[in-house]
Amino acid sequence: MAGGPELLRVRGLTKRFAGVTALDGVDLTLARGEVHSLVGENGAGKSTLIKIVTGAYARDGGAIELEGRPVAFRSPAEAQAAGVVAVYQEVNLLAYRTVAENIYLGREPRRFGLVDWGRLNADAGALLARLGLPVDPRATLGSLSIALRQMVAIARGVSLDAKVLVLDEPTSSLTEREVGTLFEVIGKLKAGGAAVIYVSHRMDELYAVCDRVTVLRDGKLVETRALAGLDRLDLVCLMLGKRRDEVRKGSTAFGERGGAEGGGELLRAEGLTRGRRLRGVSVAVSRGEIVGMAGLLGSGRTETARAVFGLDPLEGGGVRLGGRPLALRSPRDAIDAGLALLPEDRKGEGIVPDMSVAENLTLAALPGLTKLGIVSRARQREIVERFMRRLSIKAYGPEQKIRELSGGNQQKVLLARWLCRDPKLLILDEPTRGIDIGAKGDIQALIRELARAGLGVLMISSELEEIVEGSDRVVVLRDGQVAAELRGEAMTQDAILRAMAGGEGAAEGGAS
Amino acid sequence: MKAPRLAALLRQEGAPLALVAVCVFASLRYDAFLTPENLLNVLRQNSMPGLVALGMTFVILTGGIDLSVGSLVAVAGVLAANLAGRGTAPALAAGVGAAALLGLVNGVVIAKARVQPFITTLAMMIAARGLALAATGEQSVRVDRLSEGFPWLGRGLIGPVPVPVVVLALAFGLGWLVLGHTRFGRHVYALGDNEDAARLMGLNVASVTIGVYALSGALAGLAGVLLASRLGAGQPVAGTGWELDAIASVVVGGTLLTGGQGGAGSTLVGVLLLGVLFNLFNLEGTISPWWQWVLRGLFLLVVVVVQSRLGARRAAAAATA
Amino acid sequence: MTPTAPDATPGAGGAEARPARGRPRAAFGPAYGALVALALLVAANAAFTPNFASASNLWNVLLQVSSTVLVAVGMTLVVATGGIDLSVGSVMAVASAVGASLLDRGAGAAVAAGLLAGLAAGALNGALIGAFRIQPFIVTLALLITGRGVAQVISDGKLIAFRNPAFEALGRGRLGPVPAQALIMAAVVGAALAAVRATSFGRYVIALGGNEKAARLAGVPTGPTKVVVYALSGALAGLAGLIETARLGASDAAKVGLTMELDAIAAVVVGGTPLTGGRASVGGTVIGALIMQVITTSFNMRLVPFSWSLVLKAAIILVAVYVQRPKLA
Repeated sequence: MAGGPELLRVRGLTKRFAGVTALDGVDLTLARGEVHSLVGENGAGKSTLIKIVTGAYARDGGAIELEGRPVAFRSPAEAQAAGVVAVYQEVNLLAYRTVAENIYLGREPRRFGLVDWGRLNADAGALLARLGLPVDPRATLGSLSIALRQMVAIARGVSLDAKVLVLDEPTSSLTEREVGTLFEVIGKLKAGGAAVIYVSHRMDELYAVCDRVTVLRDGKLVETRALAGLDRLDLVCLMLGKRRDEVRKGSTAFGERGGAEGGGELLRAEGLTRGRRLRGVSVAVSRGEIVGMAGLLGSGRTETARAVFGLDPLEGGGVRLGGRPLALRSPRDAIDAGLALLPEDRKGEGIVPDMSVAENLTLAALPGLTKLGIVSRARQREIVERFMRRLSIKAYGPEQKIRELSGGNQQKVLLARWLCRDPKLLILDEPTRGIDIGAKGDIQALIRELARAGLGVLMISSELEEIVEGSDRVVVLRDGQVAAELRGEAMTQDAILRAMAGGEGAAEGGAS
Repeated sequence: MKAPRLAALLRQEGAPLALVAVCVFASLRYDAFLTPENLLNVLRQNSMPGLVALGMTFVILTGGIDLSVGSLVAVAGVLAANLAGRGTAPALAAGVGAAALLGLVNGVVIAKARVQPFITTLAMMIAARGLALAATGEQSVRVDRLSEGFPWLGRGLIGPVPVPVVVLALAFGLGWLVLGHTRFGRHVYALGDNEDAARLMGLNVASVTIGVYALSGALAGLAGVLLASRLGAGQPVAGTGWELDAIASVVVGGTLLTGGQGGAGSTLVGVLLLGVLFNLFNLEGTISPWWQWVLRGLFLLVVVVVQSRLGARRAAAAATA
Repeated sequence: MTPTAPDATPGAGGAEARPARGRPRAAFGPAYGALVALALLVAANAAFTPNFASASNLWNVLLQVSSTVLVAVGMTLVVATGGIDLSVGSVMAVASAVGASLLDRGAGAAVAAGLLAGLAAGALNGALIGAFRIQPFIVTLALLITGRGVAQVISDGKLIAFRNPAFEALGRGRLGPVPAQALIMAAVVGAALAAVRATSFGRYVIALGGNEKAARLAGVPTGPTKVVVYALSGALAGLAGLIETARLGASDAAKVGLTMELDAIAAVVVGGTPLTGGRASVGGTVIGALIMQVITTSFNMRLVPFSWSLVLKAAIILVAVYVQRPKLA
C-alpha cells in the first residue's frame, strides 16, 4: 500500500441504466502518490465507475469525497476544475488543433481579449519539457503518433493541476518504448503527489507500475489488494470469479463430447496480423469440431473472428476454407462461402431493433426465399416456425418486434438467422453473454448438436466453464498472439487461466 | 507517399492556385477583365453573397449547416426597406437584428432540442421565406425616397471603392481575427474537430453552437440590408439559392463540410473564385442564367466529391502511419 | 416514444392478451397520431370553413394531393434508409421539361423520357451517396439547384404549352368518375405498401435504416440498395412532374415542383416515418400528405395568403421531428 494520505474516497457507488444495475455499492480509496489499478472483464463496471468519478455520468447512490470534502460533479468540466481528469482509451483530443491548443482548450491565455499565442506556446513548451516529452507545442496533434497524443492528453491533465488522473487503457496502442515513456511520466506524477487510476488488461504493466489493484466483477467490488505479493494466477481468478482448485462439472448444457475428430479440416487461418491487436494468430477448425477461443479482454479474440469473416483488411496472413484460399471483399462473400458470424455486440451489430422476429430471422436468407423480388410468405413462415420451435424462441409470435424480446431470445433469433443459411463454419463471439440461464443452456446444447451434424464451430467465450466443457480443443490468446493450444485432458481451467495470465510459469502450449 | 502529399497540396492550395490560374486565363483572353472597373464590379457583385459565405464558414467549421440564410437575406431586406424612412441606423439595426434573432432560434433548436441542423434550418428557410412573403403581400417594399443615408450603404463609394466592398473587407478581417485569435473562434474549430472530445474537455458546446448560428443570421441580415439599399427595395424573394452559393464558396475554399478545418481566408478565396468564374461567363456573354444554375450545382457536387476523395485518402494515410 | 422492454422473458400466459389489446392502434402504427390530427383538421374545417365539406371540394383535395403523395412515397423509402432527398422538386421540373419538349414524338415517348430522366437523376444521387459516402442532404441539395437549371435550359426559360389529348389524359382523364391521377396514386401507394411488406428490397431498406452495421454483417447489399432507393425517388418525382404538366397543359420549368421537397418531407415525418430511418410508414405518409393538402386548401378557401401556410408547414415539420427524435440513452 502506498503510504500517502488519503486523496479520494468512493463509498457505496451505485448506478443503474434502465433498470439494469451497472455498479452496485462499490468502494475505492486512493492515496496521494498512488497508482491504483482497476481491473475486471467486460461488464464489470470499470468504465461506469470512471465516468461517475470524472463527472461524465451522474450516480444513483453512494458518495465521493475528494480531500475529505464531498463532491458531486455534474459535468467533466466541473470534475476537471476540481482536479479529477480522465484520459480515455480512444484519445479524446482535437486532431486538427495544435498541441498547445489541446492542452489549454478553454483556458487560453489572453491579451486585450485576443488569444496570446506566444504565451500559449511558451507555457505548453515548458510543461512538455517538464514532463520530458519531445513534442513541439505548435505541431498539429493529428501529426503525432498515438502514443504522443496520449502524452499530450496527460500533459493537459497535469496543466489542470490534476490531483486524480484516470488513464483508461493507456497502452492499448503503444509500442514497448512508448510504454516506457508513459511509465516515466507516471513516475513524475507520482512524485508530485498526484494519484493515478490505471485501467488495463495487460498483466505485465499492472505489476510494473501499480501499487494496488481493485477488482470489479458484474458491477460489484470483489477485492482491493496490494499488488506486491499477489500471484498473477490469483489475480486472473479474482477477475473471472474462479477458485484455482475449482472445476465445476456439469455447469453447462453442452452434454457429451461428440468425439468428431476425423471430419477433415475445414478452416485454416494462418498468421493473421493487423496492427497491435492481432500479431500472427493461427487457428484451425475441423468439420464437426468445436474450437474454443479464450483470452482476456483485448487479447485479440473478437479481432480474430472479424478477420476470419473478412470484415477488417489484414496486414498479413490468410484464411483457407476447405483447402481453398478465401478472398472476401464483403460479408456477402463470406456468407456465400459458408461462413457465419454471430457478433459480440448484439445490439450494435446483430439485431435490427424495429424489425420483427421473422424479419430478423430471415434477413440473411432472403436471397433464397425470394422469387422475382417477392418474399415467399409460405417459405418464410415455414422456416421461421421451424427455427422458433427448434430453438424454442419465446415470443408472442413471429411478428413481435425483436427489441421487445429478452436478450436470450434475441440471441436465439440471430443464431437462427445463420442456421437457416446452412453454413459450414459458425463463428460465435460470446454466444451466451448476458442472457438468462434457460436460453444459455438451450444455446449450448444446440451448439453441440450442430457440431455433431458436421458444422465447424469457432466459439469465443470469456466463460471458462463454457470453454472447458464445450470445446473439443482450446486456443488461448494473449496480447494478440496464441499463448497456448490445449486439448483433451490438458484442457483444464487451471491451464487456461495460466495461459491467459502469462508471465512466470505460464507454459507455452502447456498441455504437451 | 506521393499521392497523399499531392492530395494535401490540392486541399490546402488548390483553391488559391485555381484562382490565380483563372485570373491569368481571363486577363489573357479578355482585355476587359483586368480593368479596375471590372475588378471592382466583381468584388461588389460578390460582396453580399460573400458576407453570407462568411457566416456559413463559422457554421460549417462547427460541422453544421445553415440552409436558412437566403430567406434571412429577404427578411432583413424587407424590414430594412420598410424602416429606411426612419433613418439608416434603425433600418440597419432592425434588419441585422431580426435575422440574427432568427439565426439564434436555429441555434437554440439545434443545441437544445437536438434536431439535426439541416432539417432545422430547412424549416427556417421555408418559414422565414413565408414570413417575408406574407408580411409584404408578396410585393417589393420600396425604400422611402426621402431617406438619405440608406441608399449610400449599397450604392455609395468610399474613394473609388463601393461601400459594400469595404464592408466585405472589414467583415472578413474581423472574421479572420475572431476565428484565429479569440477563444470563441478557437472553440468553433474545437467543436467541429471532435464534438465529444470538446464536451469532455469542458467546452460549453451549446453556447458556441448558438453563437455561430446567430452570427450566420446576422451576416445574412447585413447582406440583406445592403442588397435592399442597392436595389432601392426590399424584395421578399431576394436571396433565393444563396445558401447554395455560400456553401459552394466555403467548400471550394477548402473548408471541410465535416468541420474543424478551414477559415475566413479560404472562404474569401472561394468567394472570389466563384465570382471570377461567373464574371468570365458574363464576359463570354453566351451563357444563359439557367446554365449558370446548372454549373453552380455541378460545381458544388464536383468539389464535394473531390473533397470526400481527398479526405478518404488522408484518413487511409493516417491509419497506416 | 420507444416502449422499452427490459430483458425479461415474456411469460407465456401474457402472450395472447397483448396483441389483442394493441390491435386497433397497431393497425395504423406510428401514424395513429397523424390520423387523429387529420380527422380533427377536417372536422374543424367542415365546421368553420364555408363549402369545405362539399363533395366537389373533397374530390379536389384528392386531385391536388396526388402528386405530393407520389413524391412523398419515394421520400418515405429514402428516409427509411436514414437519408433525405431534397432534389425531388427540381427533378419534377426536369421530367416536365423533358416530357413537354418531346411531345411531338408522341405521348408514350414523352412519358418514357420524363420517367427515365427522373430515374437517372435519382440514380446519380444514390451512386454519389452510396459510393462516395457524401451526406445525402448536400448531394441532393446540389441536384436541387442543377435540376432546376437543367429544366430551364431544356425549356429555354419559357413556358412550353401544348395540345396533346393522349398526354393530357395523365392529368385530366377520368376512368368513370375517378381521375386518372388518383388511380396512378393508388397504384403507386399499393405497390409501395407491397414492396415494403413483401419484397426483399423492402426488407433491405428497413434493415439498412434500422441498423446499417447489422444489415451489412447479414449480407444486405447496402450500396446497391441505396442506389435503387434514390433512383425510385427520382422516378416517382418524374412521374409527379409529368402529371402536373399534363394537368396544367403546359410545362413551366420555373414553377413545377417548387418547394415540393418540403411538402414531401413534412408528409413523411408527420406520417410517422422517423428521419433517423428504420421504419417506413407508407400509409402514414398518405395521411401526412393529406394533412398538408388540407392545410393548403383551407388557407386558400379562407383567403389567407399562401405564404402563411409555409410558416405553418415549417413549424409542423419541426414539431414532428422533435417529437420523434431519438432519446438519448
